[in-house]
Amino acid sequence: MNVNDCNESDSKSQCRTLVIDGSKYRTFLNKKFESRKKWEKYNPNKLEAFIPGTIVKVSVKAGQKVKKGQQLLILDAMKMKNIIFSPINGVVKLIDVKEGQRVPKGYLMAEVE
Amino acid sequence: MGFKRKVLELKKRREEVLKGGGDKAIEKQIAMGKMTARERIIALLDPDSFHEYDLFVEHEARDFDMDKKILHGDGVAIGTGTIYGAPVCIFAQDFTVAGGSLGLMHARKITKIMDHALKMKVPLIGINDSGGARIQEGVNSLAGYGEIFFRNTLSSGVIPQISVILGPCAGGAVYSPALTDFVFVVENISKMFITGPEVIKTVLGEEISMEDLGGARVHSEITGNAHFFAKSETECFNQIKRLITFIPWNNMRKAKSFEPREPKKEFKIGQIVPDDPKQPYDVRDVIKAIVDDSDFFEIQELWAANIVIGFGRIGGETIGFVANQPLVLAGVLDVDSSDKAARFIRYCDAFNIPIVTLVDLPGYLPGIDQEHAGVIRHGAKVLYAYSEATVPKLTVILRKAYGGGYIAMGSRHLRADFVFAWPGAEIAVMGPEGAANIIFRKEIMEAEDPEKMRKLKVKEYKEKFANPYVAAARGYVDTVIAPEETRKLLLHGIRVSGNKSVYLPKKKHGIPPF
Repeated sequence: MNVNDCNESDSKSQCRTLVIDGSKYRTFLNKKFESRKKWEKYNPNKLEAFIPGTIVKVSVKAGQKVKKGQQLLILDAMKMKNIIFSPINGVVKLIDVKEGQRVPKGYLMAEVE
Repeated sequence: MGFKRKVLELKKRREEVLKGGGDKAIEKQIAMGKMTARERIIALLDPDSFHEYDLFVEHEARDFDMDKKILHGDGVAIGTGTIYGAPVCIFAQDFTVAGGSLGLMHARKITKIMDHALKMKVPLIGINDSGGARIQEGVNSLAGYGEIFFRNTLSSGVIPQISVILGPCAGGAVYSPALTDFVFVVENISKMFITGPEVIKTVLGEEISMEDLGGARVHSEITGNAHFFAKSETECFNQIKRLITFIPWNNMRKAKSFEPREPKKEFKIGQIVPDDPKQPYDVRDVIKAIVDDSDFFEIQELWAANIVIGFGRIGGETIGFVANQPLVLAGVLDVDSSDKAARFIRYCDAFNIPIVTLVDLPGYLPGIDQEHAGVIRHGAKVLYAYSEATVPKLTVILRKAYGGGYIAMGSRHLRADFVFAWPGAEIAVMGPEGAANIIFRKEIMEAEDPEKMRKLKVKEYKEKFANPYVAAARGYVDTVIAPEETRKLLLHGIRVSGNKSVYLPKKKHGIPPF
């Protein structure tokens, strides 16, 4: 990072424009800022892995009718078997896991609608 | 046995212990690019100044055949010595002895030297190179860690505590460095984490290398756990030595004074900061144009670079600098930069180091991620730290100081002793663009040419309010100064603040927004 690299006419420069209160500032960004995640409204019907782990049981199939509180999956993580329940009375729209599959945190395992 | 023979036996015993874990283990240590524990101490301290104690300590573990094992020095060296003549207490874990694992007697040696440092009121340096708790010693090793953490906390703010990570430092062991003032790391050698890659893989199925999980770079750039990054152990030791010259031995003393020296001619203070508040510059050049010999010792250079902290001297006295860095993220305050500044301000306050704040910021970083990461409670730390600090506080507003950022950055309202502003300073509730859009919203909307009207109103606002004289008219700014006068006024401000005393309400302690 060198201030001489912050010339607006230099297209190769890593220098960017950051808008704060309507003013446009020429500046370098940092890794954390550039890799920040886009926010999405929480949807309880989209069942994402809240912890990385392994799927040890898949109890339902896509298209199947389910009741609120019915077991859909078991996610094994931190030596605990976490039972994933259906949040609503509805239909399984998506099951994107198999038994034995390892899932990272935030992975969309299933969706009910 | 005659006396001569007794001395000979002492020599023999010493030599035996100083072999550490033996030739093979030492070869391994060297192969990893690491020095041995005692080599490190000798490299760091003044020549011939190190004296080691508890050389003949032995563990008393019985279980798991431990009674048959001899662990020289129980895997740690402790002692006293000097750095540039300043007394220090030091311990260095010896990885060649049972992987530097911490058992009961190992911990007792460390706590012994910690107690000594606190009693003698001298800095404590801990060199960490350990596989962690000695499993065979069970709860005794956990007790050992607990005793260390307790002493770290007790000593906090009384004596400087320095942690040097020169090997693995994992699990509970990381919390001792985390409780200390400064953490030094070395590329490819330092490794710090709570749970290592092995556990992460078996429990969570995620694969990551030690270096990517908790290497020197990670802690210097991402987590902010480390304060100084070096490429070699030698460079690291030089950084520690340099730090020692800037800080006092304890909280009852002042840092050592040096011969005053003028800044180097190449740093021309009037030519660094562009007129346009939207154009960046490197605020470190301004610091170098102010401090003696242009010698600025930056702390946490790679983390939260939108704020700059570090030590320099003015008129030979150590000063703690806090400065917004327009070069990175326009110099905003955010979660990380607030944490970084607040902790440093508290360090300076605890150790009688005057604080000079250089202000040039557009405010706080907008964003959902920031709000959800708790920028409110993190930002509050800066307000708390400045308000609470009773050391001399001098603030120079270089250019823009908008909104909450103006208040937070060592303002008069948080009891700065001196607030100076450069003639180009814009002290206002927000930038002219934003302010004009709100105040003249109606005029702009109703104008025939709204864009032209907006520009006109921005200009109007800029002329009327974006200057230092509105704040100076209320005494919020003590005086408006030319950039070239900055060093002279800071030097004067520090000289006349030498007897500063502040009366605070009696309390056990405050409740800062940790």
